[in-house]
Amino acid sequence: MNWIAWKMLTGDRAKYLGTIFGVAFGCLLISQQSAVFVSILRRTASQIVDVADADLWVIDPQTLSIDDLWALGDNTVLAVRGVEGVEWAVPFYKGMVTARQPSGHFRQAILLGLDDSSLVGAPRTMLMGKLADLRRPDAVILDKAGYRYLFPDEPMELWRTLEINDRRAVIVGICEASPPFQSLPILYTRFSLARDYAPKQRRELPVVLAKASPGVSTPELASRIETRTGLATLHRREFAWKTIQFYLRSTGIPINFGITIALGFIVGTAIAGQTFYLFTIENLKQFGNLKAMGTTNSRLLGMVLLQAAIVGGLGFGFGIGAAALEVFGLTAVSMAVIVFLASIMSAWRVLVLEPAEVFR
Amino acid sequence: MSSPDSGVPAVRCLGVVRDFGDGESRLRVLHGIDVDVKLGEMTLLVGPSGCGKTTLISIICGLLDPTEGDIELFGTSRRLLSGRALVEFRGRNIGFVFQQYNLLPALTAAENAAVPLIIAGKPRGKAIEAAREMLDLVGLSDRSHHRPAQLSGGQQQRVAIARALVHKPRILVCDEPTAALDAHSGLVVMELLRTVAVQADRSVLIVSHDQRVVGYGDRIITMSDGRVERVERGVGAQREVRSLEAVGSGRVGS
Ligand SMILES: Nc1ncnc2c1ncn2[C@@H]1O[C@H](COP(=O)(O)OP(=O)(O)OP(=O)(O)O)[C@@H](O)[C@H]1O
Ligand SMILES: [Mg+2]
Repeated sequence: MNWIAWKMLTGDRAKYLGTIFGVAFGCLLISQQSAVFVSILRRTASQIVDVADADLWVIDPQTLSIDDLWALGDNTVLAVRGVEGVEWAVPFYKGMVTARQPSGHFRQAILLGLDDSSLVGAPRTMLMGKLADLRRPDAVILDKAGYRYLFPDEPMELWRTLEINDRRAVIVGICEASPPFQSLPILYTRFSLARDYAPKQRRELPVVLAKASPGVSTPELASRIETRTGLATLHRREFAWKTIQFYLRSTGIPINFGITIALGFIVGTAIAGQTFYLFTIENLKQFGNLKAMGTTNSRLLGMVLLQAAIVGGLGFGFGIGAAALEVFGLTAVSMAVIVFLASIMSAWRVLVLEPAEVFR
Repeated sequence: MSSPDSGVPAVRCLGVVRDFGDGESRLRVLHGIDVDVKLGEMTLLVGPSGCGKTTLISIICGLLDPTEGDIELFGTSRRLLSGRALVEFRGRNIGFVFQQYNLLPALTAAENAAVPLIIAGKPRGKAIEAAREMLDLVGLSDRSHHRPAQLSGGQQQRVAIARALVHKPRILVCDEPTAALDAHSGLVVMELLRTVAVQADRSVLIVSHDQRVVGYGDRIITMSDGRVERVERGVGAQREVRSLEAVGSGRVGS
């Protein structure tokens, strides 16, 4: 009977491909919408995730996200260094500055200050220039997207200058960086210089980055630092998640995107479910025939579910192809649910079908 | 087989009543039908449109339940069969031929004819092999790889007959098997049913409007308005049985 189900499904090539296309399209809609949502949320934490060398972020307990850092005492670095099991601990600055372009325009930018000696948190991929040049006077490294934003339509070249808070800044390198939430340029500089660039009221130490010595577990070290300093100490992933939660809680993103995703789901579900449902309804007469000829309801149900599984699987395969991998699971589960519901609805029509209808 | 009442009954209808609808719109379609369908015979069920022929055969082959009364199938009450047992009984014992052929468009002629065996759980290869032999009997051995869309109406109905007989059912039920066909194809189909389908251990029950068909029946049950009007002896058995070659070459009915 499975063979007959397969033949029914694939017998009309055009209808078969149409059904798969419908499911794939529904799948694409759902995965696209959720992928965009996930990637936007991810952007809110990209400056945290980019600092791959440090295990732990030591922050004020009141800090809610990387965009809302409370100041730490100036001697926090030394205090953290004093904790047993700390391999190293360095200061890290993150703040917003206003950069003045040569044309005289002012632009907002994200300023990251890296520890002067170790440059922990430095960009991992340099497109132009050398990381070591960050030690030159007034040196900054700008991310590629930021360069395009500050110098639109101009060739990428080093040694251009900006003015940040009335101080000269020389671009000594151009790098790759994960795109930030606000799509602003990212400027990397030394910690000491960052404090000069920052507006007066923001010249504090917002973050200490730390790494555990070999053999010391990160959670263990985190709780030691917390006990010794009274400061919150989070793993990189925890802080990223905290930041994402902050955005989920305190911005319109979840609502707006919730609506978009819900629409994607509804439209995707409608398309995918409807396509498969219609397919079964069109074949209702054939199912009725098989029923009259002695096919039991459980066999018919098996046939419908097999057809649903094939269409759902292939549709999912094609639909997810275009979407990001991170929503694979979500889309897979939704698709399974949709196709299952559609097939239950179709199967219901098959099961309650009056076999006497064959004579009509 | 001299009187209409002789012969072994395969099906006995015992006061079969059937209503459709509820309350105000309740409609009695069959008003107590008492009739037998015998083994080894071709029984014709005739009568004006809407008199309840299709409803009666649907009840006889277990596609529909009677509102009142009972059906005995080979001496067993139809009431003892329900759900899965009824479906499987149908699959084993009844062959169907429909006015609109009802072949599965995605399957070839041989595959279509094999469906009842596949439903019964026979391996596909064996089933298709048996189906080919059946197609041979209905004169379509050269069309076994064609799909329904590539066959004429008459040929499709012959595939449907092969399908209806492939699992050697004890009852063959045909609802207007010639209604969608031209005169010649209709006769080919009736001739086939007469020569191939009628066997000592099978009863063939045919519903028809078609006057030309009457001459093929052994017994003719005439219905009108949900009642059996009369049962007559037919002349089907005395017909000169023509060879299939004659059928195929169009010399039938001339
Ligand atoms: N499922 C149903 N629901 C309601 N009424 C029905 C149903 N099936 C049949 N009927 C009614 O029962 C009556 C008999 O129908 P049936 O199909 O048995 O007639 P028939 O003798 O086969 O007619 P025809 O020769 O036109 O095929 C008709 O009046 C029809 O409208
Ligand atoms: Mg009818």
